[in-house]
Amino acid sequence: MSTFIEWLSQPWPWYVSGPLIGITVPLLLITGNKMLGISSSLRHTCAAVYPKNIPFLKYNWKAESWNLFFAGGIFLGGLLGGSLLANPDAVALTAEAQASVEALGVSAQDGLLPESLFGWEAFGSLRAWIILVLGGFMIGFGARYAGGCTSGHAIMGLSSLQWPSLVTVIFFFIGGLLMTHVLAPFFYALP
Amino acid sequence: MKNIKFLLIGALFGLILTKTEAVSWYRIQEMFRFQSFHMYGIIGSAVVVGLISVLLIRFFKIKSLGGEDIVIPDKTFNKGSVIGGTIFGMGWALAGACPGPLYALAGAGYPAIWLAIASALFGTWLYSYLRPKLPH
Repeated sequence: MSTFIEWLSQPWPWYVSGPLIGITVPLLLITGNKMLGISSSLRHTCAAVYPKNIPFLKYNWKAESWNLFFAGGIFLGGLLGGSLLANPDAVALTAEAQASVEALGVSAQDGLLPESLFGWEAFGSLRAWIILVLGGFMIGFGARYAGGCTSGHAIMGLSSLQWPSLVTVIFFFIGGLLMTHVLAPFFYALP
Repeated sequence: MKNIKFLLIGALFGLILTKTEAVSWYRIQEMFRFQSFHMYGIIGSAVVVGLISVLLIRFFKIKSLGGEDIVIPDKTFNKGSVIGGTIFGMGWALAGACPGPLYALAGAGYPAIWLAIASALFGTWLYSYLRPKLPH
């Protein structure tokens, strides 16, 4: 049992995790005729908490509550993967990737995520606030505007051969490359 | 109670994302710099398995456990795919996370991720509010 836990505690390679992520597509279709998608849970939460007569938020969100349970499950999966089964070592970066991260002024030795951006110390950093608040805003606004996020378009949409999803995923990458190579150095240079 | 199965599938999904470091800000930085195959391998193999599954479901007309026909509604194209897609991609690269990892990282105990979650909720709300005025 302890060697099994030890084995589970290693980072999982892409050829194990990728197919398992792919399996969630038929798992959701067969168990409940549901389409994989995560950002919808943000819309349902807004509809539940503060719909304020906005037509886009006036719908029966309770009929979609499965999606909120799915999101809650992801939280629990993160809890398990971040504690009992946590990877023992920091993310193994290539020397090149390590140099790029350090050029942004971020430590490459922090474990799964940089503490300066995601740990308690982030609350005392203007840079972390701007990155998380602006980044989070663009994630929520953009996902809904695009009709889905990485799971709904890249995984579910491409798996069902939907060309609008392919276009959307291409623009996800265009936006990501633009941010990484042009704009991000400015934000990460903040104090 | 019928929702418990979705909680369990979500937990599996969140565990996989965390264990394979897809929730890691470092992995997203690497991906957008083409410095590692890891994220491309994850997304690519997930799509291959998802695609084969969908084709099998269609070919054998497999029904859901509730006995219904499985229907996958068509995604529609509009200007949001371009504008919203670009905005989302920028947020993904800036914060180094997308919605699944936001929840998983909250579970994994990274306190500052709640700033991004709160802001993502506000972004969703503001999109909903502005929707009639935005190009689609």
